[in-house]
Amino acid sequence: MPGTLENKVALVTGAGSGIGRASSLVLAREGARVVVSDINASSAEETLSIIKERGGEGVAVHADVSKANDVRVLVAQVVETYGRLDCAYNNAGVEGSLPGRLHDYPEETWDRLIDVNLKGVWLCLKYEVPQMLKQGSGAIVNTASAVGLVAGRQLSAYVASKHGVVGLTKAAALEYATDGIRVNAVCPGVIDTPMYRRAIQGREDGIEEHVSAVQPIGRMGTPEEIGESVAWLLSDAASLVTGFAMPVDGGYTAQ
Amino acid sequence: MPSMLENKVALVTGAGSGIGRASSLVLAREGARVVVSDINASGAEETLSAIKEQGGDGVFVHADVSKASDVEALVSQTVATYGRLDCAYNNAGIEGYMSGRLHEYPEETWDRLVDINVKGVWLCLKYEILQMLQQGGGAIVNTASVAGLVGSKRLSAYVASKHAVVGLTKAAALEYAEDGIRVNAVCPGIIDTPMMDRLIAGRETDEDMHTRQPIGRLGTPEEIAESVAWLCSDAASLVTGMAMAVDGGLTAQ
Repeated sequence: MPGTLENKVALVTGAGSGIGRASSLVLAREGARVVVSDINASSAEETLSIIKERGGEGVAVHADVSKANDVRVLVAQVVETYGRLDCAYNNAGVEGSLPGRLHDYPEETWDRLIDVNLKGVWLCLKYEVPQMLKQGSGAIVNTASAVGLVAGRQLSAYVASKHGVVGLTKAAALEYATDGIRVNAVCPGVIDTPMYRRAIQGREDGIEEHVSAVQPIGRMGTPEEIGESVAWLLSDAASLVTGFAMPVDGGYTAQ
Repeated sequence: MPSMLENKVALVTGAGSGIGRASSLVLAREGARVVVSDINASGAEETLSAIKEQGGDGVFVHADVSKASDVEALVSQTVATYGRLDCAYNNAGIEGYMSGRLHEYPEETWDRLVDINVKGVWLCLKYEILQMLQQGGGAIVNTASVAGLVGSKRLSAYVASKHAVVGLTKAAALEYAEDGIRVNAVCPGIIDTPMMDRLIAGRETDEDMHTRQPIGRLGTPEEIAESVAWLCSDAASLVTGMAMAVDGGLTAQ
């Protein structure tokens, strides 16, 4: 049986670690050529070498998704290298300063978080969509979060940014639904990533207590489990799925 | 690359037509042995022969999902035949009476609709879960609807029943999350099925239905089937308690 993304060209932002890296590997396993992008160039290069070790193909491109010119150049480089862009996974994001109640939150951290998590996704959409319009097809997945669907305490900026990503996903899906471009979001629950490890450091309860409190499945998710969802949403098997914010959260948001 | 459901045993209710038939075929294509069940024997037999024609394996078991003894027998026949139950797709449902406002809706139609669409899913869960607990795991998908996520005029009973399926899905997912049993729902939009044909014949023009779905076309039963197969597979190991819209953007509006 062939891979589900055979002959496709995929772009992944935030591909240097965690969910972005695992997803890049799953997309490559399914046959896509993957452009791995990150603000941290060496981490993206590492992801690329793992792809190549496993017999996949790709290139690494540096980009700060909060800068329009970086994103414009990123998409242009994808098209220059592989001639098209079939699948885009807009995953780059930051956690900001955690934990902190709203009135304690520093304004400059708010600005950076919104710039990366929300404007970054908007910029990616803005430059990916014109290429997909030219082709007459494409599939896009954005990384939102379980806290893009429900709130969490001491996370207000992050919650707001991820709710914003869910809204942007639905709005973009509607605008391009008849152009053959699908836009969906994944909403990861508690996943064992470097970001989560940083986020949990400041908390009084430990990882195990936090996980068992919020995630009914009783364990952390793995980045690979998000990667599988992303790969499926980007594949033609999901041809009727658009504008959907998909929880991949072990029951977190079913409560 | 191996298929997604190799060596799995799957059960599909309402397998005799539309989404149930297409899903049975996709599950079989992905390597599952499929127990196809329906209240309509000839429809299910047709599904089974289509499975066998494409080289798959399965059996037909008759059941009315609104009857506890039927559902209990269905699950025990599955286990008697194949030794286990890995994937269950609780899909059987009816549309009821489609052209009436709430105060015009006949009570006996309400009762039958809720019996099949809600109690039927509950009964299926009840007996499937018993078997899955013994095995230490399983994956279940229920057919809800976009009418399980949002309201719609002149569909009050159907909307209520499908919202109930979404609630049941989430509640069951929470209860069995730590037992290795995942429970999800698919929420089809406007799909080209015999049920939709009956609905369209009853009230609106074809064009009208098309334009409601942002993607600008009807969905196919196969597109729902692909979602069901993925949710049943181990690739969805972290997905539980989800009501998945497969609706061309209908509920994103």
